Amino acid sequence: MIPTKFDYVVAESVDHAIALLAEHGDEAKLIAGGHSLLPLMKLRLATPGILIDVDRLESLSYVRDDGDTIAIGARTRHCDVQASGLLQSDAPILSHAAGQVGDPQVRHRGTIGGSIAHADPASDLPAVLLALGGSLVAQGPSGTREIPATEFFRGFLESALEPTELLTEIRVPKAPGAGWSFQKFNRRAQDWAIVGVAAVRNNGSSGVGLVNMGSTPLFAAGVVDALQAGASAADAAAHADEGTEPQNDVNATPEYRRHLVKVLVRRALEDAGG
Amino acid sequence: MTTTETRPEAADAVAGPAENRILGHARVRSEDPRLLSGEAKFTDDLEIPGALHLALLRSPYAHARITSIDVSGALASDGVVAAYTAEDVADAWIAPMPNAWAVTEDLKNPPHYPLASGKVCHVGDGVVAVLATSNEAARDALDAIVVDYEPLEAVVDLEDALTDRVIIHEDLGTNAAYTWKLDIGEEAVAEAFASAAHVVKERYVQQRLIAMAMEPRAVAAVPQPFGGDITLYSATQIPHILKVMLATTMGIPEQQIRVIAPSVGGGFGSKLNVYAEELLCVALARKHRAPVRWVEERTENGQATVQGRGQIQNIELAADEAGKLLAIRVNLLGDMGGYLQLLTAGIPLLGAFLYAGVYDLPQAYSFSCTGVFTTLTPTDAYRGAGRPEATYAIERAMDRLGAVTGLGPLEVRRRNFIRKEQFPYTAFTGLTYDSGDHDLALTKALQMADYDGVRAEQAQRRADGSTKLLGIGVSTYFEMCGLAPSKVLASLNFGAGGWESATVRVLPTNKVQVVTGASPHGQGHETSWSMIVAERLGVDPEDVEVLHSDTAIAPLGLDTYGSRSLAVGGVAIYMAIDKVIDKAKLIAAHILEANPDDLDFDAGMFSVKGTPTQEVPLAAVAFAAFTAHDLPEGVEPNLEAQVSYDPPNFSWPFGTHICIVEIDEETGAVDVLKYVAVDDCGNQINPTIVDGQVHGGVVQGMAQALFEEAVFDADGNPLTSTLAEYLVPAASDVPSITTGHTITPSPTNPLGVKGIGEAGTIGSTPAVMNAVVDALSHLGVTNVEMPASPLRVWTAIEDARSANGSSAGGAS
Repeated sequence: MIPTKFDYVVAESVDHAIALLAEHGDEAKLIAGGHSLLPLMKLRLATPGILIDVDRLESLSYVRDDGDTIAIGARTRHCDVQASGLLQSDAPILSHAAGQVGDPQVRHRGTIGGSIAHADPASDLPAVLLALGGSLVAQGPSGTREIPATEFFRGFLESALEPTELLTEIRVPKAPGAGWSFQKFNRRAQDWAIVGVAAVRNNGSSGVGLVNMGSTPLFAAGVVDALQAGASAADAAAHADEGTEPQNDVNATPEYRRHLVKVLVRRALEDAGG
Repeated sequence: MTTTETRPEAADAVAGPAENRILGHARVRSEDPRLLSGEAKFTDDLEIPGALHLALLRSPYAHARITSIDVSGALASDGVVAAYTAEDVADAWIAPMPNAWAVTEDLKNPPHYPLASGKVCHVGDGVVAVLATSNEAARDALDAIVVDYEPLEAVVDLEDALTDRVIIHEDLGTNAAYTWKLDIGEEAVAEAFASAAHVVKERYVQQRLIAMAMEPRAVAAVPQPFGGDITLYSATQIPHILKVMLATTMGIPEQQIRVIAPSVGGGFGSKLNVYAEELLCVALARKHRAPVRWVEERTENGQATVQGRGQIQNIELAADEAGKLLAIRVNLLGDMGGYLQLLTAGIPLLGAFLYAGVYDLPQAYSFSCTGVFTTLTPTDAYRGAGRPEATYAIERAMDRLGAVTGLGPLEVRRRNFIRKEQFPYTAFTGLTYDSGDHDLALTKALQMADYDGVRAEQAQRRADGSTKLLGIGVSTYFEMCGLAPSKVLASLNFGAGGWESATVRVLPTNKVQVVTGASPHGQGHETSWSMIVAERLGVDPEDVEVLHSDTAIAPLGLDTYGSRSLAVGGVAIYMAIDKVIDKAKLIAAHILEANPDDLDFDAGMFSVKGTPTQEVPLAAVAFAAFTAHDLPEGVEPNLEAQVSYDPPNFSWPFGTHICIVEIDEETGAVDVLKYVAVDDCGNQINPTIVDGQVHGGVVQGMAQALFEEAVFDADGNPLTSTLAEYLVPAASDVPSITTGHTITPSPTNPLGVKGIGEAGTIGSTPAVMNAVVDALSHLGVTNVEMPASPLRVWTAIEDARSANGSSAGGAS
């Protein structure tokens, strides 16, 4: 549980962080709360040469009303996402899911940006963003760009961020009256989901995100298409495992995960209402 | 932690005579402020100037030949002082690592040294020891060592291992370490099974468990090169036994060894051992004439610290028409792992006498256990050690008997209980069970659980076709604890006795020191021991200091395990107090100019019978003993007594646990709705500590039933070496526990106490699993392997459904 040797530098600003990324290239990893990266480093599964600490970028810690959307700074901690009154009223699934991440200690250090950028298929928040139809703002040497959540997750622990880009903001549409449900199935409260489902239903449109059903967080297109075509929750849920590639581990077989995701999607859709 | 939901029986939870001032009254633990504030020093907290840090390169293979080792890269690493292979340190040992329990004369015991030589026998087997000036430097250097291995086929399955297809220790010629048998009434057994109206035949698997003490193991060896002594600090349960074993393994004169267990953060049996790292730290500290320290990483804990359970159990019950037990036959396979650690071979045998549980069995019993080597981490003691396994098997099998006879789980138990009036009861084994009232505990637990109400709701839900399946599980357990009468241990060929030592010393100012040979690591002995002293000597508990866990301060002792500390060590204190009072009485009589036989002693005051105004306090006697100005003829100065107490019998706590679960039929998830534990440990010293032990024990047993399993793949790779994969439940994952007590004092010791440290673990696992199976029984499910994970439960439901679909009425 001792990482390999690494250098450490504190980013004083977003621009400084980007400059440091450009300077150190592949050797560098960004660290904020550290709850994804440090365990990997302690197991020596990740061996970065230098850590660029963006945890002190207070300017990236906010939940802001931005008209039709809510803008959340990437360095906002899970506990602050959980406690945000704005999110609780206008995107309640996100504040709820943030309250399901790990345990209280994790939620007081871990950040929404770190969790999203890590692109772990077992994390809760990416699936929630997919269900909400959110987007991610990346800043690099040549400026900022906005990436839809559906295009952000590229592979196992791989995102659309360029090596010199920093995730600065998460944007979600306001949907104050939307029905929603977050179904997290695990064996202990603090664990990653064996399978998780985020569902949002709003005026006839729906979004469904899946946790831990493949190498990336997944958008359940088959379910959403079925709903659009008028299927019932139960019938739409039968499509939940389409396009998934669930893994085998000590907690679940692929077959069991395919079964679970159908049960959980049905429950989520019923729970979220029409 | 869990909380006590209700204490409806608070009045009868107070132990012993109502006039007790202290004993039996709940009291906050005096240890807790320093533990909770971080003031307590654990081994790795000790500041030891100039210490070198040890790190071990461990085998990544379960089974492999070592073909070459190149440590030159490590030696060139920053901060590295030395690197050692097995051959480099071979001269430090005069004997292999200790196996203290030669269970049979022909026990196969492979050579086992702190570093592997020639081949490795489990992932985590130590191969190279590196010493460096910091822990980080030592760890980094491991990556620079090159070891060539020739991988061999792993042996991970007990039944496969017994075919000797792949022999792990070639010189032994077999993977079978031993077969130990206990046959009582062979003809009666054969006859019973031939003629029985009902026979139940079950196979259970006790999965491997990792104790996962929150403090991992840690060691620091500090030599005094010119004094000739060495002090070993270790996160151990057994400083006294460890001292003896260091002497016999390394040839160090025993009087030159001091072992100290600082604050120890849990053991659960995993620190009841002599480990390679302890021996290596001592050897290298002597070699380098410098302190050497080591602290275990969590992943090492999952590979190199002994694991628990690991058995395949075949149990058969024969019963007559009325459901009364006629005979029991048990065949076990015990997973030893790659080597025999301190007590590995004997652990399954600690349950050998208990497979008839709390039931009245004629002399018709057949028990056999074969120990089997595998290429996995060695097994050894784990909370309960052999007794939870036995209790699990009989309590699960009794539910089956209740089902096949139609009697149900309660009536089949009641018909077979050893009745209250039969105690003290001589069992089929010849052991005497001291006291018990199983029907009372069962009746009380049923009331507390609202058993009839839950059964009615279960029936209603089944009638409604609900997908939330209710299950109710009962276990009526007892335990053989308070290890142990030395003569019984001798009959089992155990390598030590079972006594405990205590010294009670009244200081000149009437404060009291107690020296105990018990070695607490979370149990609260300081609180409990001070309460015993305070009650009997009439001092405040705060005025009692309990000294322990340092062989220079407490030189005599046999340490803490097997729920022995109160029932043996606490009784030793009681007896030492007797001696102190006897001596003080002589001095008091001298002061009062009375006959010692005419004195009463109560609440710290000696008084003359019938003349209560003639009195002298213990404080005055203690000071008189100290000044020694005017002592009676032949009485030595000072007020102190030492006792070594060898118990005449085990103590036999018992109780009934009831678990109510709800299973989500669609997902297989098991939710424990309610848990009732009625435990009888005789008189209670401190009900708060009793409840704490029950809570912890129940959660640990529930964890075996629902959460925990040390999983290895077919190549022997551990898949659960971190706390993300090895599912220790947290407070948020377990229900509140409703505790209740009956009090049946033990007649075999003057405190009337029985152990309670392991009882929760023993009672809970079968209660939970009986509940899980009960919830699925209407589908035809008769067994679910542990842990009953959602996957396993869902699979059991699916299998039962397809069986029901393919064959009419098809119970599986």
